[in-house]
Amino acid sequence: MGELRNLISIHDLDREQIDEILDVAAKMESVSVKRSKDLESKIMAVLFFEPSTRTRLSFESAMLRLGGSILGFAEAGTSSAGGKGETLADTIRTVERYADIIVMRHPLDGSARVAAEFSSIPIINAGSGSEEHPTQALLDLYSIKKLKGKIDGLTISLCGDLKYGRTVHSLGMGLSHYDVKIKLAAPQQLRMKPAIIDEMKKAGVEVVQVDDVKEAIQDVDVIYMTRIQKERFPDVREYDKVKGRFRIGTEQVELLRDDAIVLHPLPRVDELSSNIDHLPQAKYFDQVYNGVILRMAVLKMILG
Amino acid sequence: MSEVGDDKIRIVKIHNGTVIDHIKAGMALEVLKILRITGEDGHVVSLAMNISSSKIEKKDIVKVEHRFLKDEEVARIALVAPGATINLIKDNKLIKKIQIELPDTLTDIMKCPNQRCVTNKEREPIHSKYQVISHKPIQLKCLYCWTLVEEGHIISAFTS
Repeated sequence: MGELRNLISIHDLDREQIDEILDVAAKMESVSVKRSKDLESKIMAVLFFEPSTRTRLSFESAMLRLGGSILGFAEAGTSSAGGKGETLADTIRTVERYADIIVMRHPLDGSARVAAEFSSIPIINAGSGSEEHPTQALLDLYSIKKLKGKIDGLTISLCGDLKYGRTVHSLGMGLSHYDVKIKLAAPQQLRMKPAIIDEMKKAGVEVVQVDDVKEAIQDVDVIYMTRIQKERFPDVREYDKVKGRFRIGTEQVELLRDDAIVLHPLPRVDELSSNIDHLPQAKYFDQVYNGVILRMAVLKMILG
Repeated sequence: MSEVGDDKIRIVKIHNGTVIDHIKAGMALEVLKILRITGEDGHVVSLAMNISSSKIEKKDIVKVEHRFLKDEEVARIALVAPGATINLIKDNKLIKKIQIELPDTLTDIMKCPNQRCVTNKEREPIHSKYQVISHKPIQLKCLYCWTLVEEGHIISAFTS
């Protein structure tokens, strides 16, 4: 595979590149425990124009485990970049002089591409607008491969907010490189955009739409839940009506196969009951750790 | 000009100006809107719609006297009337014939319809850029946010 320079979109990666990233991630498992000094001389700038817990902290943890240093901001409101109306182009042309790589989250679609256009140092997109979150998709693919031993041949359900959730868009595109079947379960208002479904079908993925979680979790290998945000519903009664149909609690668990796994990008609200956390199928906190491993792999491949 | 038969006499020759020929039938008014020709600007304009053509089944023709086109106007016409030809006439002579072809990418032709696209952010020193995904019907993809823009939207963006 050619040298990995930026990581902007899952669309920019082919199957071979994704597989190589997942292979490097597997090698990072032991490095993560032992720690290394591979990136000792490198500085990572973390620019978060939107709040985040897992993505930001896991990038920082990944860099620290590889011996590197970090700087940046987690609240745009307190920096010139957000609070004083500085253009993104100017922020990037400033920060590139302080660091060796930039990890950025930004609310606008396409912002990571603009950053890459103006930057002389590599850019990793840690979430831009509503469409892209490539390292989340990669860590989800890594979690599936690590926990199920493979990706090809699996049936995977994507549930919840499939319209606005950037993680499911990127994951759907990532899964398109594999021989998988995908079930989609979302309320009418939050169904996946037809353009994305078309793209998955064009790639040869069998896509089925189902009406609720009950149908989605039966006879599948992986259930990927996402949060349904109340504010997406103009009428709160509509939200109250659908939320129960897109929730996994103890009563739904008996429908799960013994060897199925349940993933969630987190944070969760009501869609995954904490009553199921102890079950062997509940793998969302393992998935969180895989985020560190995968991001170590990406940093190592770009900077190493 | 390639008007045939009786259609030939429907539209007069011009001595100076621009002839936009082989416009997809029914799109002549959109072409005038793109050129911001309202009739109040004083240009002498001849227009024929739905006439027979040897090249395409039906076509429109627009002739504008004493008016020549800017590059961005040609690019916009390419989007609403792909396959059109532009003839520049000076002193009764055809001095240039441009066969309009859509380039693979288009820069700064219109605002991205996605309000959340970074190209719509104020003061950001970037230009909207589109890749031509499909020619028939025309479909563009914003190269920043990957929003797909359909033909109907493009036409209304240029003519409203």
